Amino acid sequence: MIEARDLTRRFGDLVAVNRLNLQVPRGQVYGFLGPNGSGKSTTIRLLCGLLLPSEGSARVLGHEVPAEAELLKRKIGYMTQRFSLYGDMRVIENLRFIARIYGLSGSRLRTRIDQVMQQFRLEPLERQFARELSGGQRQRLALAAATLHQPELLLLDEPTSAVDPQTRRDFWDALFALVEDGTTILVSTHYMDEAERCHRLAILDQGVLVADGAPVELMASIDCRVVTVESERPRQVQQLLSADSRILSITQLGSRQRVLVSRAVTEPVERVESALTGAGINADCREVEPSLEDVFVVVTRHSAAGRGEG
Amino acid sequence: MLALQRLLAILYKEVLHLGRDRLTFGMIFGIPMMQIILFGYAINTDVRELRAAVADQAGTELSRQLQSELEASQVLRIGLRVAAGSDLQRLLDEGQIDVGVLIPPDFGHRLQQDGRPAVQLLVDGSDPIILSTARSLTAMPFEYDTRPRQEPETRLFEVRNFYNPERRSSVFVVPGLIGVILTMTMVMFTAVAVVREREGGNLELLINTPVSSLELMVGKIVPYVLIGLIQVTLIVLLGALLFHVPVNGTLADVYLASLLFIASNLGLGLMISTLVGTQFQAIQLTFFFFLPSILLSGFMFPFDGMPQVARWIAEGLPLTHFVRLIRGIMLRGADLAQLWPEVLALLGFFLLTMGAAVLRFHKRLD
Ligand SMILES: Nc1ncnc2c1ncn2[C@@H]1O[C@H](COP(=O)(O)OP(=O)(O)OP(=O)(O)O)[C@@H](O)[C@H]1O
Ligand SMILES: [Mg+2]
Repeated sequence: MIEARDLTRRFGDLVAVNRLNLQVPRGQVYGFLGPNGSGKSTTIRLLCGLLLPSEGSARVLGHEVPAEAELLKRKIGYMTQRFSLYGDMRVIENLRFIARIYGLSGSRLRTRIDQVMQQFRLEPLERQFARELSGGQRQRLALAAATLHQPELLLLDEPTSAVDPQTRRDFWDALFALVEDGTTILVSTHYMDEAERCHRLAILDQGVLVADGAPVELMASIDCRVVTVESERPRQVQQLLSADSRILSITQLGSRQRVLVSRAVTEPVERVESALTGAGINADCREVEPSLEDVFVVVTRHSAAGRGEG
Repeated sequence: MLALQRLLAILYKEVLHLGRDRLTFGMIFGIPMMQIILFGYAINTDVRELRAAVADQAGTELSRQLQSELEASQVLRIGLRVAAGSDLQRLLDEGQIDVGVLIPPDFGHRLQQDGRPAVQLLVDGSDPIILSTARSLTAMPFEYDTRPRQEPETRLFEVRNFYNPERRSSVFVVPGLIGVILTMTMVMFTAVAVVREREGGNLELLINTPVSSLELMVGKIVPYVLIGLIQVTLIVLLGALLFHVPVNGTLADVYLASLLFIASNLGLGLMISTLVGTQFQAIQLTFFFFLPSILLSGFMFPFDGMPQVARWIAEGLPLTHFVRLIRGIMLRGADLAQLWPEVLALLGFFLLTMGAAVLRFHKRLD
């Protein structure tokens, strides 16, 4: 479906995408996870031929990219990170325009537009100008436009940023409906709950693929163990534990703290407990199952530290 | 077939944008009307009734005769009479007059002596138009009775004004104005129309569809071609109604020439749009091009007075060729075939810019 081989893109000295190797199988939702500027958008643009790779190449739906990008264009739907339909045109005008651009006409054009309007609940918004839509309505319109021509592959760049949880859930239901009809979807996101719903995931960091696999696999093979610490003095706990080089990350969640301890430590709970009691802090420590967010924190921690210092 | 459908879709979309963009829509009609009124009424190079003062130190019958002849020429309006030459100088310095006429005490004596100028004209030379008008006064024949009367037939030259018998500058200005207005609006509209999509992020979506560069470009310029022709109609109509500017050639030729000129400006606009990233840059580049066009094309200043380099530059500007074309058609009644070099130049300019735009416009972001 999608195969990237050593895909690399530089902007001046900056390597936005660095020797990326990727396999996206057919009929799945494939997620792209990564901090800001990690190269998600750039990768998507490389895959649809909008940017030329500095090195490497990709094969998408059987077409070499960038050489055969034009052949690819009618088979893919692309939803840009930034809303890119026309604000001064009505919902229905935007859809008609995109449909005609993709060569739909006559009764087929009408039925497809009716279908997507129903599917993405756009009927009540038909006559509204796109600039007047709310964030979630805009995203629905953009997805409707991207799927009008029933593409085999959908590339969605952060389709649910600035969308409320309920709308996000609806949006993902719509994605799974498309997958059931045989569409392959590549989607970038910053939301862990969304990432968890993907069949497979790739985590990018500074242009490098740092982890990929099914969410459960990633959680199972995580390079750390997770201890939660419940205490009255979380600030002090933070200070104490961050001195330990075996402790990879500490995240506060209310009065609880989530502590990621290196796998090299055989008994993580004891290690945390002894460090705290040594300083006279009473805390309730217990080991829990790692989450996808823990995976994300661990695999991207080097660049996060780099950013913190820089 | 599909290509045509895509082209029409782009075209229709462009019309929707235009219909909803009040500012642009207003500019389509506002710019021609404003310009024609500005150039037709305010900017007038027919110089009449320059403010003048006279210092008549002779005070003879002859000197008074000279003054009344000066006034009869309508070039000067004598508003003040002073005693000394220094008074004239002061009035000039203060900007109260444009021309001072100093008639010396020995005026009658000087007249009879060949070679010595009898009267002095003090002129505010900072305005070249006033200067050249005052110069023309020196050629004025002045007959005085102590000399045998000159017969008019003995004059060396006679100027016969062919195409603009009343010497009204609006007749000369309005046809060129078509070109100026089209240059201003067409280049800017198209450059902005493409760059707006880039800035608004729409282009990233559009170039990811099967639409081709050529379909996109053509679909974008066709509505502006129509707008250009509407502007031409407006100017020709206003010119005829307000200033009696004639169309001595055929209307078909006027429109054909305009069409060619519109096309070359749209090509240029598209080319600019492939060179810049923001609407502001697009407008800057448009003006960068607009200024030499208006100054060097022969619209404002006669081509003949320009240095060679300026002429070479001018030959590269479509407005130069269009000004020649449209003046030829509207004022001299020429037809397109007679003006083929200009037609060829415009056609070449269009093919060059349009070709460059299509080649430069990649369906890519980098
Ligand atoms: N056209 C460009 N010119 C120069 N640098 C660019 C360009 N596009 C992207 N970059 C740089 O490449 C890096 C990756 O950008 P990219 O947009 O792919 O990140 P991202 O993962 O999509 O981030 P986000 O989550 O914020 O959308 C960034 O450092 C960015 O500044
Ligand atoms: Mg992005």
